Amino acid sequence: MTLSVEIRHRLGNFRLDADFTSEGGVTALFGRSGSGKTSLLRAIAGLVRPDEGRIVLGGDILVDTKRKIFVPKHKRRFGYVFQEARLFPHLSVRGNLTYGRWFAPRGIEPAGFDHVVGLLGIGALLDRRPANLSGGEKQRVAIGRALLSAPRMLLMDEPLAALDEERKAEILPYLERLRDETKVPIVYVSHAVHEVARLADRVVLLNDGRVEAIGAVSEVLSSPLLAATVDRREAGSVLTGTVAAVDRPHRIATVRLNARELHVPNTDIEAGKPVRVHIPARDVMLSTGKPEGLSALNILEGTIATITPDGEGMITVEVDCGGDAVHARITALSGERLQLHPGKTIFAIIKTVALDTR
Amino acid sequence: MDWLTLSDAEWTAIRLSLLVSTVAVAASLPFGVLAALALSRGSFWGKSLLNGIVHLPLILPPVVTGFLLLILFGRKGPIGAFLDEYLGIVLAFRWTGAALACAVMGFPLLVRSIRLSLDTVDRKLEDAAGTLGANRAWVFVTVTLPLILPGIIAGMILSFAKAMGEFGATITFVSNIPGETQTLSAAIYTFTQVPGGDAGAMRLTIVAIIISMAALLASEFMAHAVGKRVHFE
Repeated sequence: MTLSVEIRHRLGNFRLDADFTSEGGVTALFGRSGSGKTSLLRAIAGLVRPDEGRIVLGGDILVDTKRKIFVPKHKRRFGYVFQEARLFPHLSVRGNLTYGRWFAPRGIEPAGFDHVVGLLGIGALLDRRPANLSGGEKQRVAIGRALLSAPRMLLMDEPLAALDEERKAEILPYLERLRDETKVPIVYVSHAVHEVARLADRVVLLNDGRVEAIGAVSEVLSSPLLAATVDRREAGSVLTGTVAAVDRPHRIATVRLNARELHVPNTDIEAGKPVRVHIPARDVMLSTGKPEGLSALNILEGTIATITPDGEGMITVEVDCGGDAVHARITALSGERLQLHPGKTIFAIIKTVALDTR
Repeated sequence: MDWLTLSDAEWTAIRLSLLVSTVAVAASLPFGVLAALALSRGSFWGKSLLNGIVHLPLILPPVVTGFLLLILFGRKGPIGAFLDEYLGIVLAFRWTGAALACAVMGFPLLVRSIRLSLDTVDRKLEDAAGTLGANRAWVFVTVTLPLILPGIIAGMILSFAKAMGEFGATITFVSNIPGETQTLSAAIYTFTQVPGGDAGAMRLTIVAIIISMAALLASEFMAHAVGKRVHFE
C-alpha cells in the first residue's frame, strides 16, 4: 500500500513543504526537533488540515485541497501512537485496547486480541487502570490500542521520546516484533539515529520543514547531510552485514561487512543473521599508522574519501573501508596535524559499535 | 411527640418540593451541558453575552428574576402566550412554573460546575479517540462525558440544593398556592406568618435539614464512587 504525501502548510513563521512516498514497511520521518516531522505526521493522520496538498493512501484520496477533499481523522483508519501514551483514564487497559474495535468497519477483522496482547507482553495488565502503569507499560498499551483498531497504517510520533533509556530498551524489541510479525505499514517519527537505524527500512530526512533526502537507511543515515541536519552527537555511519561467528565465552559477535569484519559485544544473536551496525562518528578515531597496543577491538584500514568541515572547528572524515563508509568526527586541528587529504591511507579506530538485529 | 407528626398539607409541600427540584434539575441538565460546551469549547460572536445571561440569576435579586419570568412566561408574556396557544403549556401559577423558576436559579451553578470540569478535560485524549475511529458524537459520549461526570454530578447536586431552597423567584413567579406551588420554603414562610405556626415551621425545618444532609451525603458518595473510576493521568 503506497502512501504519497505532498503538503504545504504554514504554522506561524514555520513553513512545511514536504513531498514523500512510502511503499510499506517502516518509513522513518527523521530530523531534529522543529524540523516538521510531527506536523507532517499530524497532517497525515488528519489532526491538522494542511493549507495545500494531497495525501493519498493506496488510491484512496484522503486530502486534496484543490478538489476540496478532506477525510476527517476518524474515517482515515490510521492508528496513531502519540509521544505520551494518551490512554483513557476512565477505562481499564482492556477497555483501552478494545476501544477502536467498536468503530472499525464491519467485515475487517482487526488483528487478534490475544495475538496483539501476546506480541506486546501486556497480558498481565488487562484489568489494571492506566494510572497504575509505568511509562513503558502505558506506551505498549497505546501501541496495542492503535493496532487493534484495524488500522491501514500505524503512525508513531516519537513513541519512545518521553521514556528513559531503560524503558526505551524495554520497548524497542516489541517494536521490532511489530514490524516483523504484522503486515501493517508504519510511519515512524524520530530524532534518534539508533532507533531509526534499528527499526526503519526507509528514511525521509527532514530539515526546517523540507525533505532533504529520501532513501534506504544506510544511505541516508550515513550521508554527510546528516551532520548538518541532526544533532551532531547522533551523526555516524550505518553499515549492513551478516553475523559470521559468535564467540560465546567472550560474548563477542563477528560481523562481516563488504570487505572488513567488526567485533561487537553481543551474545543473543545467531551466525548467518543479517544485521545493521551503527557507528557514531564521534566514537571513531583516526591514525595514520597502524596502531599497536590499543584496547579497541575494531581497527579498520581504509582510504579517505571526503573531508567535510562544519565551520565550528570540527571535520567529518569519510573513510572508505573496502566499500563501507565509516565516518569520523575529529577536530580540524588534528586533521591538519595528520595532514589528511582524500586518497590517503588511514586507520579508523572504532570505540563503540551498536548492533541492530534485522 | 404529637407535634412531630406531619399534617397532610405539610406532606404535600414536601412532596411538591422534591418533585419541583427533581424536574428542575432533570430538565435543565441537557441545556446545562450544551451551555457549558458552548462556553468551554465554542468561539462565536456573543459568547460573553451568553456567559452573562447564564450567570445573571446568580447576581440578580431572586425577586427580580421571578418578576422577569412573570413578564416573559406569564399567560400574556411573549413566551408564555406562545406556549399556551401552540403547545397548551401554562407555567404561571403552576408547579411547572415553580420548576422553571428553580431551574433558572440553579442554572448558573450547574453550568459553572460542568464548564470547569470540561476545561480540565485533556483535549489530546479526544484527538486520540478520533484517530481510533470515533466521530465527534462518539468521542463526546465515550471519552468527554465519562471524564466530566464528577462535574456533572456536582453541578446537579448544587442545582438541586438551590432548587430546594429557592424562595424569592418562585413566590414572585408562581405565588404561594398550597398544593400547587407551595414548596417547602414557602410553606415554612407561611407558617411563620400565622399565630401558632411555630410547630409546623419547626417540623418542616427538620425535614429540610434531613433532605439537605441526605443530598450532601449522596453527593459525597457519588463523587467518591466516580472519583475512584476516573483517575487522571
